[in-house]
Order: sequence, then C-alpha cells, then structure tokens
Amino acid sequence: MNSASNVVNETPAQATAIAAGAISWSRRMYWCVRRELWESKSVWIAPAVAAAVTLVACSISAMRLPERLRTAAAADPMRQMNIAEGPFDLAGLLIMGVTFLVALFYSLDALYGERRDRSILFFKSLPVSDLTTVLAKASIPMLVLPLLTFGVTMATQTVVLLVSRAALAGSGVDAGAAWRHFSFWHSQGMLLYHLVAIHGLLYSPFYGWLLLVSAWARRLPILWATLPPLAVGLFEKIAFNSSFLAGWLANALGGGSGRTASAGSGMSMDSLTSPWPGDFLSSPQLWINLLAAALFLFLAVELRKRRGPI
Amino acid sequence: MACIEARGLRKSFGTTVALDGLNLQVEEGRILGLIGPNGAGKTTALNAIVGLTPYEGELNVLGQDPWNKRDRLMNDVCFVADVAVLPRWIRVCEALDYVEGVHPRFSRAKAQGFLAKTTIGPKRRVKELSKGMVAQLHLALVMAIDARLLVLDEPTLGLDVLYRKQFYDALLQDYFDRSRTIVVATHQVDEIQNVLTDVMFLDRGRIVFACAMDEVESRFAELTVNPENLAAAKALKPVNERQLFGRSVLLFDGVNRQELAALGEVRTPGIEQLFVAMVGSRAGRPEGVAV
Repeated sequence: MNSASNVVNETPAQATAIAAGAISWSRRMYWCVRRELWESKSVWIAPAVAAAVTLVACSISAMRLPERLRTAAAADPMRQMNIAEGPFDLAGLLIMGVTFLVALFYSLDALYGERRDRSILFFKSLPVSDLTTVLAKASIPMLVLPLLTFGVTMATQTVVLLVSRAALAGSGVDAGAAWRHFSFWHSQGMLLYHLVAIHGLLYSPFYGWLLLVSAWARRLPILWATLPPLAVGLFEKIAFNSSFLAGWLANALGGGSGRTASAGSGMSMDSLTSPWPGDFLSSPQLWINLLAAALFLFLAVELRKRRGPI
Repeated sequence: MACIEARGLRKSFGTTVALDGLNLQVEEGRILGLIGPNGAGKTTALNAIVGLTPYEGELNVLGQDPWNKRDRLMNDVCFVADVAVLPRWIRVCEALDYVEGVHPRFSRAKAQGFLAKTTIGPKRRVKELSKGMVAQLHLALVMAIDARLLVLDEPTLGLDVLYRKQFYDALLQDYFDRSRTIVVATHQVDEIQNVLTDVMFLDRGRIVFACAMDEVESRFAELTVNPENLAAAKALKPVNERQLFGRSVLLFDGVNRQELAALGEVRTPGIEQLFVAMVGSRAGRPEGVAV
C-alpha cells in the first residue's frame, strides 16, 4: 500500500483570498514588549527596589547632613558641594548598576527560556515574525531599561533632593553655597543622554551578543557567553603576548572617545559630563558597536527561526 | 486550491531519515488523521507544514511556503503542539490580551465564552492550572481564532479520558465547519476515528496507507472465519490475519461482503485494526506497537 500520491479529496477548492493581517507592525511590537515585561518582572521590580533602598539610605544620611555641612563650611565650598551632592549621585549610580545587571541577565535568558519551557512552540504558532520577537526582546535592555532607569532615577533623586533640603531648612544651615553650582535639570539631561547613548547604543553589542548566545546555547548560556571570549583573550595573550581583544572590549565599553573620563567609566557618574554628543556620534567606535549589535541580532533571528524547544 | 500540497517532501536529521519523499494533498474541509508509530515522522511532517522546520521538496500550505512565510501563514493556521507549550508564567487574562494584540482573527469574546464553561479564572497563572485545564485554555485560544487550517500534534497527550473526549467534542461541535481543515496526529486512534473524514498511516517517513473514512467502510471487511471455511477464506487473499479467542480473524481489502458473509461473521474493521494490519505487519515490527 505504498502510495506515490494520496489525494484526500472532495470539497472543491475555494480560492478564498487571505485577508492581509490587519494588525500593524507597531501594535505587534507593543504587545511583544508588554509580553516581555509580564514575563520578566525583574525589569521593573529591581530598579524599584534599588530606588526604595536608596531612599531609605538617603533619608538616614540627610539627618546628619546639616552637621557635616557646618563642619565643611569652614573648609571650602567645593567640599560642601560634594557633601550635598554625594547621596544624589550615589542614588543614581546604585539604580544604574542594578538595571545594568538586570539587562545582562535578561538578555542571557530571553531566547533561552522560551526554548527551555517549550513555550517557543506557542509563540511561533502566532503570526509574529522572528525578527519582531528578537527586536522586542532586544528593546528591553537597549531602550526600555535605559528609559525606565532614567524615570526611576529622576523620581528618586527628586525625593532625595527634597529630603536634603528639608533637613537643611530645618537645621537653619545656609546651604546656598552647596547648591549654587548644582542644576537639577542639567544633571537630569546628562543622565538621560548618558543612559541612551552609553547604555542603550554603545553597549548594544554586548546585549546583542548575549541574545545571540541565548538563542544558540542548549544549556548554560552564561558559560557560553563568557568563556569563549575569555579563552580567546587568554590564547591571544599567551600565543602573541598581545591583548587586542581586551583592548577592544575596554575601548568599546569606554566609548572610544578622547573625552571619556576613563575606559570602562560607563558606570561612573563622572562620565555623565562626556563624551560630547558631536564626538560621540562621529566616533567610529559607536558605529562599529552598532554594526556588531546588528550582526548579532541578525544571527539571533536566524537561530530562533531554526531552533525548537531544547 | 488544496489546503496542503506536498511533493517529494524530505527531511533528515543526520543519517536518520524522518520524511522520505512524502506526497500529499489535503483539500479544504477535511479532517485528516495522521497516524503512525513513534518516530514515524508525524511531528516532523506537521512541523514542516507550520513552518517550524526546513525541508527538501515542495510544500505549499494555503498557497504559502511555510518555512519562509511562517508569520504570515499563522494568520490563517493554528497549531497546537501538545498541552505543555503555554508559557507557565502567563496569566489567563494576559494570554487573551497578547493573542488579541497580535492576531487579527482572534475573537476575545469567543475565547471568554469557551472559558466561561470551565473553572479557569482570568487571574490564574498557567502554572497553577492542571494539565487538563491548560489544554482547555489552549483550545479556547485556538477555537477563538478564525483560522482556515488547524494543525494538532498529539493535542490530548497525557490527559484523562474525560478531557480527551471533551476536547474532540468541543472541536467538532463548536469549531469545525466545512470551510475549515483539520490535521491531527495522534496515538489515540480509536478516540478520533469517528471525528475523521480521512486517515493516513505514516511509517518510517513514508505514507503506507491513505484513505477516506467512507471508503474504508466500502473497501475493508473483517471476517471472523468459521474454522471449516479457513482455507476458502484464505484463498480470497486476506491482507492480514490475527487470532482472537482461538479463531482466525482475516482482513480483506476490496472483497465482496456477500461472498465473505458465507464464510463467517463480517464487520467493518476499526482504524486500529487497519493500522495494525498495515503498519504492524511490516518487517519485523511486533503487532500493535504504539497504537
């Protein structure tokens, strides 16, 4: 009963035209991003917890602020300024550090988790392309988290500022000198610029790499993401006594701009004053990074198309 | 236009051939049962049809190439892999939101109507639901989509008999109409045989048997032969022979029923008997394996 052609027949074929998907790409994208936020609650819980911790710490510190300012007032106004701004900067740094870690771990699990729990079969049964899915997942570390970080940081810093001022006003210390050099809006603008430019754009190849590994690895994506670059770096060092890869990584992290305070300073608030947008946009490093990110994401899309559940 | 058209469909994993030149054509409005032992290539064939796996040969589903146009095809095709593919973290209401957000043919009201008949609350997470409830939820999502082709791969695997019956009843009563096509691969042959309009047996990547269900009745007859007529019955060239309570049961293809009735008791064989006869008797396979 081997059949060359098996015709399951009868009903006349109807040339029903397939109505084109009436859903716009942006709407699909929106729901894919929301889906990510439902799944990865850490994306917003972690910054919120960091903000709460920061607020408690800053409130405790604010109680001692008048006394410290009084002692410093005798010395010099610059030191007074540092004392006043100290908690303010730290609040930003803490939240930024937390969201950076969240971004790394999110990226590493984004395309791995759906294969591990087989839900990739459900998501692939819906009219959403692999490209849309991967872009939605990439937008979390590259766009959503930087903006979320900005929002949470601004809210936190506003509260910190109000608490410090209230503490100072209550104690009757003249804080004018401390705040004279300080502009809230300028600092918020720099923060937003830093988050979008450095965390969103400049670091994009790192998220791209992690997404690629998470689409590829059958197990332990964290090892696949870290050990191969480490091995290549060590091999290079031993074989050629050079550190091209390490240098490239440091350069990529630092922004490759001469005005960057120091390599790898993306995490420090100092770098908020640099690089200048003009230099940043014209730096080859940025464009190399963006190209690398695009390549990694393209490969991740192709892998997701081919990979099924693990 | 046929709903599914495949010519020379081939797929191998390393040296293992999963699909060995499949030719098939499924017209609109049919319910095709794809039946085969483990490793026969059922899942591979269905995966190729819904664009989850690349293949050699020609395959056309609703006029599209599934591998390169999966996302577009999924506007008109629903796929239920097995009961365990809904993400465990998702809430029922989130699943409705998401499918409504990305699928142009999803009716939320319909899905909620189906869910209202179950005990599944909108705030529940999939991981809190029982296996049967997850299958109900998945079916509610799928049935609320106005698709032209529904592909089911072992949709009731691991469910108890009540849920299994409910699943197919719901599918037939609330979903199937003559304009839709359903392809279902399963092991539970006897439960779906009343549902099917067509049946296809797959073994080692090849179609070993394909037939419309009404044709099965006119073509095949099973004869519980009276011992004294055994030689005469065997002369009519049965396609299969088995023993039941010490008597020979012979399966005939295209032999006149009146002729057989003189030799013993005649009845129409079930899909399971046909399957055992067509697939189980092939080269060294123990009878009834993985039916």
